Amino acid sequence: MWGGVPVVLRKNFGYFFHEGLFNIFRHRAMSLASAGITAMCLLLMGTFTFIALHIDLNLSVLEASDEILAFIDDTYSLEQALNLENILNQVPHVISTRFITREEALENFIQAHPNEELFQDLEPKIFRDRYAIRVDNPANLSDTADYLNTITGIADINIHEEFTSGILTLRRAATILCSILTGVLFVSSLFIISNTIRLTTFDRREEIAVMRIVGATNGFIRWPFVFEGFLIGLCGALTGFALQTGAYIIAVSWIAKSDQMRVFELIPFQEVWLPTAGIFLAIGLLTGIGGSLFGIRRFLDY
Amino acid sequence: MIVLEDVEMQYDNGTKAVRGITLTIQDGEFVFLVGPSGAGKSSLIKLFTGEAMPTFGRVSINGYSITGVKDPLIPYMRRTLGVVFQDFRLIETKTIWQNLDFVMRAAGAGSQEIQQRIPYVLSLVELESKMDCYPSELSGGEQQRAAVARALINRPETIIADEPTGNLDPDRSLDLMRLLLKINQMGSTVVVVTHERDLVNRFGKRVVTLDEGAVIRDGVGRYVGGRSRRA
Repeated sequence: MWGGVPVVLRKNFGYFFHEGLFNIFRHRAMSLASAGITAMCLLLMGTFTFIALHIDLNLSVLEASDEILAFIDDTYSLEQALNLENILNQVPHVISTRFITREEALENFIQAHPNEELFQDLEPKIFRDRYAIRVDNPANLSDTADYLNTITGIADINIHEEFTSGILTLRRAATILCSILTGVLFVSSLFIISNTIRLTTFDRREEIAVMRIVGATNGFIRWPFVFEGFLIGLCGALTGFALQTGAYIIAVSWIAKSDQMRVFELIPFQEVWLPTAGIFLAIGLLTGIGGSLFGIRRFLDY
Repeated sequence: MIVLEDVEMQYDNGTKAVRGITLTIQDGEFVFLVGPSGAGKSSLIKLFTGEAMPTFGRVSINGYSITGVKDPLIPYMRRTLGVVFQDFRLIETKTIWQNLDFVMRAAGAGSQEIQQRIPYVLSLVELESKMDCYPSELSGGEQQRAAVARALINRPETIIADEPTGNLDPDRSLDLMRLLLKINQMGSTVVVVTHERDLVNRFGKRVVTLDEGAVIRDGVGRYVGGRSRRA
């Protein structure tokens, strides 16, 4: 070794790279198949992972939008109601409070039922002043509500506990399921990609046998295949990333234009392109080089 | 020098391909290895090239002892040999120049040495004008000469030719044998495996006759052929 680099590699680096590159063109059908399979597997895995991420994001948004409504006693004046804010902010697990006047409550109610003519003429006095209270964790909703009930001035509490715990359960189940499926897809992709690349070495087993008989060492035979696997993995990763970018942009644009789907939160691609590119590159190169090394290994017994 | 001492070789299915052969081939000799099909000629060649290991006895090729199955010195031993196959076994996706270039680089040669050596060796086999051709663009005789050039390119101590005339017509066969003789006169040991009696008898060289895995005759003379009765 020289500086950690094998002597045979140092001496023949240009030759090995040239041979690896030319082998791709000499066996273009297999090379195209290998790079194509890599790109498709990465696209499939990436798409599924993004779907899983967005499901998780939107479920968490659903959780976060659920608040405790604490209704103020009707006998309290506006000033007394506003004074409760400091007390409420001291309650354990409370992260924010927002005062909603009866007028605002009426306006929200009418907006939520735009087609109900009966509700359009309601008066604010039938609503109570209230606080919208957010907690640090949906799991603390029940305990916090019980505490709030003990505070003087709070007449009633409204929480959708069953709905929230349902969301929590759904989110946990979705996370577990998506993790398992992503894992299975990842392993399957690795297997398919590396097997396809191994086929390229099987296709050239006679050539490898000749190389051995003329006195080439295992290292000398192996390095061009390593470079070939590297280049195939790189092409597959870049192609997969380009396709993933295109698919993501088209999907986001379609969702944003759709009336039904517009409510979904979307992760901007600018936030995810770098980790996506890194993961695609890592998997592409790992499977390309690994596939070549494993594929050629069985032909290198002396 | 090739030395075999009481060598036996048995395949995994129990077939004994080589039975107790003791044989020495000195540097610079020209030897014909002959015998009927199944006599053990190809098995002996596999022992010479390290493709197979003896199950008993000692095999020494040009100073290298063939020992364990995964001996890392075997590539270096193979570089002291030049092997010519009946089916040529040129790399189809490389030109003749690239086929020779590969062999030289595998042995550690530099670019300058490669640039000088390849044209010289191709001139020895009269293929200078074909250096940029692919094997499929050459005739059978030309491919075999290219294979001889590949065998010669690293100045091997020993040339082993396994049925080199098997795919050639009589005229080309004779040309090839004369080429091998010329190589022998330049100093390399030459071992030719063949079953072509006429070729063997024409040159008056040492003839080692095999039958059923054993040496039944060894000396300068004619290849009598047919199954012999062993004492």
